[in-house]
Amino acid sequence: MTSPISKVMSVEEVVGSLESGMTVGIGGWGSRRKPMALVKGILRSELTDLTIVSYGGADVGLLCAYGKARKVVAPFVTLDSIPLEPHFRAARQAGAIEFVEYDEGMFMFGLLAAAHRLPFLPTRAGLGSDVMRVNPSLRTVRSPYEDGEELVAVPALTMDVALIHLNRADRRGNAQYLGPDPYFDDLYAKAADRCYVSCERLVDTADLLKEGPVQSLLVSRSMVTGVVEAPGGARFTSCEPDYGRDEEFQRAYVAAAAAPESWREFTKWVHE
Amino acid sequence: MNASRAEVCVVACAEAFRGDGEILAAGVGGAVTVLAARLARLTFEPDLITTDGTCLLTGDVPPLGAEPEVIEGWLPFRDHLWLVLHGRRHVMLGASQIDRHGNTNISCIGDWARPTSQLLGVRGAPGNTACDPASYWIPRHSTRVFVPKVDMVSGVGHDRAGSLRHRELRHHELRRVVTNLCVLDFDGGLMRLVSVHPGVSVADVAGNTGFPLIVPDEVPETRLPTTEELHIIRDVLDPGGLREREVRA
Repeated sequence: MTSPISKVMSVEEVVGSLESGMTVGIGGWGSRRKPMALVKGILRSELTDLTIVSYGGADVGLLCAYGKARKVVAPFVTLDSIPLEPHFRAARQAGAIEFVEYDEGMFMFGLLAAAHRLPFLPTRAGLGSDVMRVNPSLRTVRSPYEDGEELVAVPALTMDVALIHLNRADRRGNAQYLGPDPYFDDLYAKAADRCYVSCERLVDTADLLKEGPVQSLLVSRSMVTGVVEAPGGARFTSCEPDYGRDEEFQRAYVAAAAAPESWREFTKWVHE
Repeated sequence: MNASRAEVCVVACAEAFRGDGEILAAGVGGAVTVLAARLARLTFEPDLITTDGTCLLTGDVPPLGAEPEVIEGWLPFRDHLWLVLHGRRHVMLGASQIDRHGNTNISCIGDWARPTSQLLGVRGAPGNTACDPASYWIPRHSTRVFVPKVDMVSGVGHDRAGSLRHRELRHHELRRVVTNLCVLDFDGGLMRLVSVHPGVSVADVAGNTGFPLIVPDEVPETRLPTTEELHIIRDVLDPGGLREREVRA
């Protein structure tokens, strides 16, 4: 029996493998299971000029606040229990970032197209809305069949790197979710050239099924470049069932964002 | 028993789901839309499918904030986004702005290129309105919300569906708009006053609406909750009275 290859890395090693100007997909949804340990690693780095692809939450907000994001591709940026993300708002209102605003379903089709190595997927979502107006590069495509319908051709959301956080993983990168929703983390892994997984706990491969059924094995090692053990690595967002969202911390985050002095004090958290 | 304005609103929203049968009653969240779906299911629309607020389809109908005791299905976000496209779903959305054609905006206020106020982003509103029957719940009916023209069309209105409504947008269907003052629907693609809540006049509605409404000669009052409905709202689904925090008379 061969000994398993280890893809275990530190946050710093993952961040050190990234380059300015890259397109970075970030898993989770809103303020749920965001790879915050990896995002904080980027905040501490010299990286800049990133394009962020995300069902956005504080990941997007922080990357805007730290001047890391040049462009954001998202259907929303929200903290869920607090609807609006203060740093994303500030960046948009200052004209500091480029924004590609898609419908949620369009965004999923963009991920699916990339995961299937297709140039686009067609959908009705977006037709008639101003998503078509504010994304003048979006094209429609006519069905070649009898219906002849003209649908939105959602371009593949390809990305250089995907960052996702799951509950468990083994050293080779097989990753498992134990919460109620996989979100789209497997699609990010498949849409990216390289995927880095952080997890609450590294376990032996033989132990993966001790905590969840085979269906909970969401991401295959063939899609994964590196694995980081980062307990609490989604905080302050939720990582069910290991922990819920830290609502008190999230409220403090929003309150601190209201003024530069309080925000400077708060950012010590990024260096923890 | 006198019903509060919030209770009238819950029932008016529940009425949006009447006749929907075995489909998902989806709400934007908050107390009123969730109560509406659950109330409809517990009374006149027993086949409705409702969620726990996340991805569980509940076999029972729990009170606000309580965990379900029975789970009958699983609808993670990926399947919810599939269901939006499939259409066996009626959604009650919110809107920061709405115009007389039923175009709505949750994205941003001002010029999209550099908004004066960035809001949520379009979220699922384009696809929801393209593919599913949609209604709206607007807890604060005012001229700030009911505007002549929305700044960013997130949810598609009748004029924007336009000629596509015979083909690509054939599933586009705006049902009703419920506010803290009244119930509205659409007639020939333009917003029409259906009923005013008890204690509200037609002039109150018109004065808080930034465009002309179609107003029939006789505007009835929104129906009051039945004794059974009030019991379910007050004693079963929302004993904590969360509905009252969402609605100001």
